Amino acid sequence: MAKVVIVAERCKSCGYCVKFCPNQVLAIGKQVNSKGYEVVESVKPEECTGCTICGQMCPDGAIDVYR
Amino acid sequence: MSRVFMKGCEAIAEAAVRAGCRFFAGYPITPQNEIPEYFSRRMPEVGGVFVQGESEVASISMVYGAGCAGTRAMTSSSSCGIALKSEGISYCAGARIPMVYCNVARGGPGVGSIQPAQMDYLQATKASGNGGFQMLVFAPSTVQEAVDLTYAAFDYADRDRNPVLILADGVIGTMMESVELPPMRSDEEIAAIKDSKKKWTALGHRLGEHVDIEPGFWSTLDQQKWNEEAAALYLSWEKDLQWEEYCVEDAELVIASYGISARIAKSAVNLLRREGLKVGLIRPITVNPFPYKAFDRIDYSKCKAVLDVEMSIPAQFVKDVSVAVKDRCPIETCLCSGGNIMSRDDILAACKKILEA
Amino acid sequence: MEELVYTRTKAVFENAVSGFCPGCMHSTVAKLIGEVLEELDILDKAVCVKGIGCCGLQSNYFAFDNITAAHGRACAAATGIKRTNPASLVFTYQGDGDLASIGLAETVSAANRGENFSVIFINNGIYGMTGGQMAPTTLVGMKASTAPWGRKPEEHGYPIHVCELLNELTAPYYLERTSCNNPTNVRKTKKAIKKAFQNQLDGKGFSLVEIVTGCPTNWGTDALGSLDFIEEKMLPEFPLGVIRDKSKED
Repeated sequence: MAKVVIVAERCKSCGYCVKFCPNQVLAIGKQVNSKGYEVVESVKPEECTGCTICGQMCPDGAIDVYR
Repeated sequence: MSRVFMKGCEAIAEAAVRAGCRFFAGYPITPQNEIPEYFSRRMPEVGGVFVQGESEVASISMVYGAGCAGTRAMTSSSSCGIALKSEGISYCAGARIPMVYCNVARGGPGVGSIQPAQMDYLQATKASGNGGFQMLVFAPSTVQEAVDLTYAAFDYADRDRNPVLILADGVIGTMMESVELPPMRSDEEIAAIKDSKKKWTALGHRLGEHVDIEPGFWSTLDQQKWNEEAAALYLSWEKDLQWEEYCVEDAELVIASYGISARIAKSAVNLLRREGLKVGLIRPITVNPFPYKAFDRIDYSKCKAVLDVEMSIPAQFVKDVSVAVKDRCPIETCLCSGGNIMSRDDILAACKKILEA
Repeated sequence: MEELVYTRTKAVFENAVSGFCPGCMHSTVAKLIGEVLEELDILDKAVCVKGIGCCGLQSNYFAFDNITAAHGRACAAATGIKRTNPASLVFTYQGDGDLASIGLAETVSAANRGENFSVIFINNGIYGMTGGQMAPTTLVGMKASTAPWGRKPEEHGYPIHVCELLNELTAPYYLERTSCNNPTNVRKTKKAIKKAFQNQLDGKGFSLVEIVTGCPTNWGTDALGSLDFIEEKMLPEFPLGVIRDKSKED
C-alpha cells in the first residue's frame, strides 16, 4: 500500500504538497518541528497512490514516498 | 638557462610559463599589452589556456576559477586595470587561492597617463582590495629581476595559498634587455603541483570529500579566526624580506628607492662615488613586507639625510622610508610623476644640494 | 513491503535545512540538480560556481564541489575552471541580480564565447538575500525596496529577458526557460537541467536554463501566494519554453 513518510525537521509548512496532491491526502498538521513550522501530515493515507507529486513539489525533500 | 634579448612584458610572461603557469586571462591596457599578447601565442605551445576576458573584472575571476581548480594562474594589468581587479584579488586572498599578477604601473590617478610611473605604491603594498589582506609584493628594477621574481612568485603563491604581486612599471615592461631565462618546469612537475592541491581544489570529488571554496564566512567567529591565521602568515614573511644595499656603510647620504627609479639612482651613486661623494642606496625588492631593518644599518652619525627617489607625486614610498628612518635623520625627496621618467641628472643635483648644504 | 520510490537526492546534504524561506524554490532546484547529477552518474565530477545572493546559500545544500565567485562573475570563474579542467562538469548557479545585473557582461561574453559549461539561472524578479531590491527582471509596476512605488519604465526600464537576449548570439547551444510552480514544470525543469548537463558532457558548448521561481518573503506574500504571482504575473512576462536548441539542427 503506497504511503508517504514525512521528514518533519525539513518541513517548512509551505503547503505545496497539500495543494498538488491529487487526492488531498496531506494537510498541515498541528505538530511543530524544532523550527516552529507546523509539519504536514498524511490525513487520508488510504488515498495515497504513491504518485510522488508531493515529494517532487516539496522544496526541501521532506516527503519520502513508498509504493 | 638560456640567454635571450627580450622585452620586459614578454620576459615576465615567459618566466610565468616556465614556472608552470598554465592559465592566463587578461585585458588590453597600455603599457602591459605585450603580456596578454605573448601568452596568446605561447600558451597553445605548452598546452596552457589564454583567455582575453571581456574586462579586467572578468579576467581576475577567470584566474580565481582556474586557481580554485588547482592550475597555476596569472593575470596582469596596469594601474586602473589593477584597480578594477581589486575585488577579485580580495576574493583570491579571502578564499586562499594562489595566483600571481603583475602591475605594469603607469601615471595616475584615474586614466592618468599611459607612460610609466610608480604611483600605485600604496595601492600595491597597503590595500590591494578590501578587508586588509596582504600579499608578498616584489618590485623588480631590471628585466632579469622581473623574470626571476615572477618565476619565484608562483612558488610563494602556492606555499602561502595567497596572491602575489609583481609591481613592475612601464619602463621595465617596455624596455628590452638580455635575460637568462629560468628552466622550464616539466609537464610532469606541473601535473604533480596540481595533484598536490587535489584535497582542496574544486575539480569534483566523491560524496563525503566535497570541496567548498568560500571567500568568506557566515560565522563571525570563523571569519575572525581566519583573519588571525592570515595575520600570522603575514608576520611570517619576515623571512622572505629582500633588499639591496649599495655603498651604505660609510654613506653620508643614502638614497631610498625601488624599481626602475632605484636602478637610475644606482648609476647616480656610481657617478657620485667617482667624484668622492659618499652616497649609498637602499633598494627594497620586497616592498611588502617592507625591509624597515635595512635602514638600521645606516650610520646616522655620518649620514646627513635619506633621499627618497620615486616616480610619484605626491610621494608614497616615502611613507615607509620615514617609518624605517624613525627621524634619525632628515628625509628629502626627488620626485617626478605622470609618466615622466626619473632623470639621473635630477638625482645628481638633489644629492649635491644636500651634501653641499 | 513498499519500495522507496522518492526521497531527497544524496547530492543534497542529509541534514540540510538551509536558510531558504518556506516555498522558496532554490531548494527545489537544488534537488533537481542533485537528481540529475546522480542519474548522469557525474556527482564526483560536478563543480558548481555559485553567485552571490540567496543562490549562495546552496553551500548548505550542495554535497558536491562548489565555489563562490564574486558577485556577477560566476560565468568568468566557470570559464577558468572548465577550460583548465574540461573533465569536470561545471555549472554556474546564479540569481537574477547576479547574472543579469552586475554579471550581465560576464554572462553574455561567456555565452558568446560558447564556453562549454552550463548556467542555472534562478529568476525570481527580485533581490532576495539583500532584502527585496529591484532586479533587472522585476516586473513593471512590481514594488521593491528600491522601487517603493513600483517599477516604472520611464525611470527603471523594463524586465530583461535573458534567454531571448542570448538568443541573439551565434554560439549558445541550448536556451530554455522553465519554472517550478507546478509538478509538470518541475519535471520540465529537471529535463532541461539534464539536457544542459548532457550538452556539456557531449562538448556542445554553452547551455542556459532560466528557471522562473518565487520569492514569498520579498514579494510580500506566502508560499502559496507566490505560486499565484508566478502564474498570473511572472509567466506572462517570462513565457516558458525552449528558446534555442541546436540539437534539433544536429
